[in-house]
Amino acid sequence: MFTLERRVEQSKSWLVFSPIMAIGLTVLSGIIIFSVLDKDPWMSLYTFFIQPLTTGFGFTELIVKATPLILIGVGLSIGFKANVWNIGAEGQFTMGAIAGGGTALFLNTQESFLVLPAVLLMGILGGIVWGMIPAFLKTKFNANEILTSLMLSYVALLILSYLVHGPWRDPGGYNFPESKIFSDFAMLPILLEGTRLNLGTGFAVLSVLIIYILLSRTVLGYQFKVVGLAPAAAKHAGFDRVKLIWLSMIISGGLAGLAGISEVSGTIGQLLPSVSPGYGFTAIIVAFLGRLNPVGVLFAGLIMALTYIGGENAQIEIGLPAAVTGLFQGIILFYLLACDVLARYRLRYKPFLKARDRE
Amino acid sequence: MITAPNDSQNNMKSSYDKASGEPNALLELGEISKAFPGVLANDGIDLRVMPGEIHGLVGENGAGKSTLLKIIYGLLRPDQGSILWEGDAVSILGPSQARSLGIGMVFQHFSLFEALTVLENIALAIDEKCKTQELRSRIDEVSRNFGLSIEIDRYVHSLSVGERQRVEIVRCLLQSPKLLILDEPTSVLTPQEAESLFETLNILSKRGCAILYISHKLHEIKKICHAATILRAGRVVANCDPSKEPIKKMAELLVGSQLPEINRGRLTADGIERIHIENLNYTSKDPFSVKLKNISFTVRGGEILGIAGVAGNGQTELMSVLSGEVKDLDEPSIIKFNDQIVTSKGAAERRLLGAGFVPEQRQGHAAVTEMSLVENVFLTALKTCDLEKSGFIDQAKASSLAESIISNFDVRTTGVQAETGSLSGGNLQKFIVGRELLQQPSILIIEQPTWGVDVGAAIILRRALLDLAKSGAAVIIISQDLDEIFEVCNKIAVMADGMISILGDIAAVSMEEIGVLMGGQRYEH
Repeated sequence: MFTLERRVEQSKSWLVFSPIMAIGLTVLSGIIIFSVLDKDPWMSLYTFFIQPLTTGFGFTELIVKATPLILIGVGLSIGFKANVWNIGAEGQFTMGAIAGGGTALFLNTQESFLVLPAVLLMGILGGIVWGMIPAFLKTKFNANEILTSLMLSYVALLILSYLVHGPWRDPGGYNFPESKIFSDFAMLPILLEGTRLNLGTGFAVLSVLIIYILLSRTVLGYQFKVVGLAPAAAKHAGFDRVKLIWLSMIISGGLAGLAGISEVSGTIGQLLPSVSPGYGFTAIIVAFLGRLNPVGVLFAGLIMALTYIGGENAQIEIGLPAAVTGLFQGIILFYLLACDVLARYRLRYKPFLKARDRE
Repeated sequence: MITAPNDSQNNMKSSYDKASGEPNALLELGEISKAFPGVLANDGIDLRVMPGEIHGLVGENGAGKSTLLKIIYGLLRPDQGSILWEGDAVSILGPSQARSLGIGMVFQHFSLFEALTVLENIALAIDEKCKTQELRSRIDEVSRNFGLSIEIDRYVHSLSVGERQRVEIVRCLLQSPKLLILDEPTSVLTPQEAESLFETLNILSKRGCAILYISHKLHEIKKICHAATILRAGRVVANCDPSKEPIKKMAELLVGSQLPEINRGRLTADGIERIHIENLNYTSKDPFSVKLKNISFTVRGGEILGIAGVAGNGQTELMSVLSGEVKDLDEPSIIKFNDQIVTSKGAAERRLLGAGFVPEQRQGHAAVTEMSLVENVFLTALKTCDLEKSGFIDQAKASSLAESIISNFDVRTTGVQAETGSLSGGNLQKFIVGRELLQQPSILIIEQPTWGVDVGAAIILRRALLDLAKSGAAVIIISQDLDEIFEVCNKIAVMADGMISILGDIAAVSMEEIGVLMGGQRYEH
């Protein structure tokens, strides 16, 4: 029979290989799913995974889509490493959009180069404040941050909905639930003419660099890692658990808020009832796919962005249902977790031991 | 006389040969082997236990004793080898089959339900259904016959460790075993309780029950065993009659080399009061932990204070209070290190004042299992060894510090980047203690310094502690192992029920006194 035998040391090669294997298995599952749905599997795979990358514009779209995923994912990976489970990045993203977007609307008539920094700052603060609520509840009342942050996401979404349907609705917008378009001074500059590539991507790359250095070289990064791996050892070392919980929620909230305002100020240009196709939740998958390592998150963000674009493409070109995007994202996470087991355990074939015969 | 391991073929032939009149071995293991990932725990082990014999299975931590026991009791299946019970080949597929053959086992960590009475626990454990009245009289009978007094209707949580062990033994004896296995039974007993146990074992042996006695304490093996098998690194290195062998000889076989002496020499207190504890009171929020009551003592530079006591009497709580992991003490507690009040200071601050701490649990507490050795150096040495530069970690300095720990303390490992979880118990302990010692503390508080550590490493560690004290530091060793305390410490105290009794100079105390104090309020005889 087959048994799982624990390895002496975590297999480093498997840790690198398992995301690749997970993606491979996902592609295989895709072939099966497409066949069952009566579509040509190879055509579908091409439409989903390859076609979006065949044009220059398509490539920049990939990066634009990946930017919020990377920004949020990098922040989440710090928190997850410290065993603080921020599931409410979607809410912090939304609050960032609201706070920053509100500032942009307030300063709509101002013509100053200070508008954009103010808008971005408010966006970050919005995310931070929203992230501080679960931190407070956890440190003061031991309330589980998974539940509190998740529930606050819905609160944030409803606040956004209220604002764009009500007080912030564009009077010249033909009664559509959307805010005024932001002035040019509140918008992120475009990096490449003819594309939607904007400064937000720059923030994403910068965040990868900063968080990477934080985690690998600084005392604070070390404290985050220890508090997640061995809380008793963190106590022994005298690390302040409460401070680390607050900091990880502030960092991940702030980055999610920055992602939110970057999306609204860079890509969308106004506030709408929905400013995110679930980036805050997909970023969780991105964080794990990237092994909670900022550089890994960069690549994982690009891959998950592909599922968004591929999904849209597949809907348009071959008429697959909208759920196909979420389906693939879920499948990737599933296979990733399964393949991770093989980094810790080895598959062994053990024949039954026969009892000796009595003589 | 010590004989080399027997040729297993001859063994098997002789027990089959019933006609020749040679006595049958009760249990005979032939060429038993068992491997786990990364280690060959048992390598071709032969063992022979005769009926009514008290057979010692000796070996240091990691020699393979526990694995062998589990194979005999059916908890593990051997990869190779044969088991003969009363001359017949058997496959022991599980503990209930082992029990039906007549093998009973008393575990090192008891498997009793604390919320039930002694009677209920025994009723749960025996394999056949039995009417309560009948069970009571059977328990009484066994209890009287073997000198194991127990109170049938008491709840287990109110029993002392010695009493619980008696319940475990009675439980095994009710099934009339032919072989009783005891795994390190005296590690949790006071000296008096241990004596009482030996008496019981002698009675059992005279009545024909064989005993497999597992221990690394050679003076016990010498005292009660008729025969002994010595294991080292998974192999049998010798069989002997312990009553005829000097302990030193057995110890050398155990370790495989000449054992260096530890010379305690004369430790003189240099007068500087380094550790001052006054009226320490602490009640933890955890309902199962022990309350610390009115603890007061001082330790001067050059002294090694040994705090003896059976586990579970407040040692862990004391350690977390002294190391600064816990700060919310009850009034009027005062802790002073090097004449500074540290009662409300955290662990990192205490270290900056020159204190070092080594808790009992290596993995997950003193060190982070999943991290490399270098990364574990930062854990306590960050500030004391200047490894922090404006928020950044000085990787190069930490790496060289790790290197010197490895070379100074003979840590067997692949290098500073090795995953800490891959080190053996002894090597990891050497690394952890080395990490603390390299910070040159003037105060060191260490809990169970050589628990689960091989003899070679234990000697290195004890020597290091002595050297530290000789250089003027004040050292506290909290240990369950009285032998260790006598070997290394010059002052002794006993901890029981969260209170400490200072006995003073170790040369002036008797084992008797210590034993009585260790038993605490629950000592009875």
